[in-house]
Amino acid sequence: MLHLINKSPFERNALDSCLRMAKSGSAILLIEDGVYAALAKAAHAEKIIRRMGDCSFYVLGPDVAARGLSDAPLIEGIDVIDYEGFVDMVAEHDATQSWL
Amino acid sequence: MSEMNEFDESAPTVVKRFMYVNRRAPYGTIYALECLEVVLVAAAFDQDVSVVFLDDGVCQLKKNQDTTGIGMKNFSKTYGALDDYDVEKIYVEKESLAARGLTADDLVIPVEVLAADDLREVMAQQDVVISF
Repeated sequence: MLHLINKSPFERNALDSCLRMAKSGSAILLIEDGVYAALAKAAHAEKIIRRMGDCSFYVLGPDVAARGLSDAPLIEGIDVIDYEGFVDMVAEHDATQSWL
Repeated sequence: MSEMNEFDESAPTVVKRFMYVNRRAPYGTIYALECLEVVLVAAAFDQDVSVVFLDDGVCQLKKNQDTTGIGMKNFSKTYGALDDYDVEKIYVEKESLAARGLTADDLVIPVEVLAADDLREVMAQQDVVISF
């Protein structure tokens, strides 16, 4: 399953719910305001780090750059992908869940 | 009977304290851009204007925004115009910055960083508070 998070973890609980429901082996892609969850020094970083062992995490590069976070430390182990990578990920997974 | 014309510039004007509160990140929703435009318009009315950034609102002021990849206008440069419009009271909540691992050095304009305890007092002094 590919999970899409597009809401800031500071404003909504989409990331929390996703992490609670995501099975081992899930891919979790942070897009739009969801990219704030990737900030290494932010309060929510620990939640993602705890699931790094059994889930893979990705963040959409253009959304990171738009928000001025290209120079900010992101959580180590999160892969930065582009729109082509996004399309590939959707194609590679049987199902996609958007945590609106 | 003399009638006061509200557009008469010699008429005494009431200056109210207006505070605009930004709590949303840029780009994901339209709130941030809308607030900025409202503040720039409101600045023309010679009122006492202050702008607050708290919660995800502090992300609006993050330096080095580059929106070429998402096809949206990078309006972070426009915050620099607030000073030109004599909007000089710009407050950022200290706790909101810290929760995101940011400091005042990460921001596009000079601001006054206030702890919640102090920001609360400034907020309580306002006549009008408009939230975005």
